[in-house]
Amino acid sequence: MAKRIKVLVAKPGLDGHDRGARVVARALRDAGMEVIYTGIRQTPEQIVATAIQEDVDAVGLSCLSGAHNNLFPKVVALLKEKGAEDILVFGGGIIPDGDIAGLKKAGIKEIFRPGSSTDETIKFLTDHVNQ
Amino acid sequence: MTKIIEGLVKGNVRSLAKAITVVENDRPGKKELLKAVFPQTGNAYLIGITGPPGAGKSTLTDKLITLLRQQGKTVGVIAVDPSSPFSGGAILGDRIRMQQHALDEGVFIRSMATRSHLGGLAKATVDVIHLLDAAGKDVIIVETVGVGQDEVDIVKIAHTTVVVMVPGLGDAIQIAKAGVMEIADIFAVNKADREGADKLVNELRSMLDMATGDWKPDIFQTVAKNDQGIADLLAGIYQHREFVQNAGLDKEKFKSNVQRELCTYLMDGIVELAQACAGYESLVQAIYQKEMTPLEGAEKLFQEMGINNEWLMVGGDNAEKG
Repeated sequence: MAKRIKVLVAKPGLDGHDRGARVVARALRDAGMEVIYTGIRQTPEQIVATAIQEDVDAVGLSCLSGAHNNLFPKVVALLKEKGAEDILVFGGGIIPDGDIAGLKKAGIKEIFRPGSSTDETIKFLTDHVNQ
Repeated sequence: MTKIIEGLVKGNVRSLAKAITVVENDRPGKKELLKAVFPQTGNAYLIGITGPPGAGKSTLTDKLITLLRQQGKTVGVIAVDPSSPFSGGAILGDRIRMQQHALDEGVFIRSMATRSHLGGLAKATVDVIHLLDAAGKDVIIVETVGVGQDEVDIVKIAHTTVVVMVPGLGDAIQIAKAGVMEIADIFAVNKADREGADKLVNELRSMLDMATGDWKPDIFQTVAKNDQGIADLLAGIYQHREFVQNAGLDKEKFKSNVQRELCTYLMDGIVELAQACAGYESLVQAIYQKEMTPLEGAEKLFQEMGINNEWLMVGGDNAEKG
């Protein structure tokens, strides 16, 4: 059996729109992954502490408030600070075209925006975690 | 692996988390790891929290953590949620209620999926308890999956088992049924601000009037989300702990726990050994064709493995003879 992929789906920041995060969590579950969901309004510090305690393979960040340019890179930086830079970070939400390059440069491995299918996210995780 | 073990004993969070992954996934190094930590186990107090889905187990656990931390105790939490029987995946959502403790270094929370293990816990739960114990946690809370009537493994492991009930789930006959209702050292009637709470307490009380044994379970009314009744509940847990320790039940439990672990490994090993026997596949085929019964098949495999099979006849002729 291939390794069971463990993912933390987290919502940093102040928006309470978690439908997207829950749809992704459910899709990953149905793809055989173990998904930890921590609810809305999490700080980057909480997310990183949780990712480390749960020893996840990847962290998926969902943000619809526009604060992604601050919050996503902060999660990557904190993971690095704690020696956990091997944990893959990906993101989703309302992210403008112009922000994607910057986020990727900051260490967010992939961004999934409105219109992308959950299959893409599943494939991304399977490809990158099991490599 | 040496690095993980060293870090674990020193209280390094990442090492502890990595160690749990090793035992949970049966990764190489598991044996070495458990051997290294085993001498340091048996010190933590183990509290089990069980009850139906949505009763408030996670919220109660969250509030208990707060109180335990105020008393200066370090806390480990194992929160178990079910795996999908179809995809094998899981959504582990117990932590949502406990995220206020995410940054507290005295609290370590780990979510586990059952991975089809029955009984309300994950298969590796006991190993993870060993690791949290060796990492120096004073109290370990194990929150089971939401249970119905028969998922009672927690009582074998925990020193104190709290069964969380809520009003509105059934009548007095549900309460009189065997299984989960029997394993409580303490009942928490949560959501006690709802209609039917008093009735539930009365029904539980009349059930407990008929209970025999040295410990009579207490009933506490709580409204976990409003912090009501939590201090009393914890005081009740401490009272039970005193009873357990005075009666030496904690040591007895540790002994039966390690014995059960031993038996689990034995069973797994024997099954593997049997499946490696040359005639295994044709034997399964023979049973499928109804040329022999599964019991006879097992007997034959034991003979092939060179194990004296006289004791095997559980429920068979030899058992009858006593």
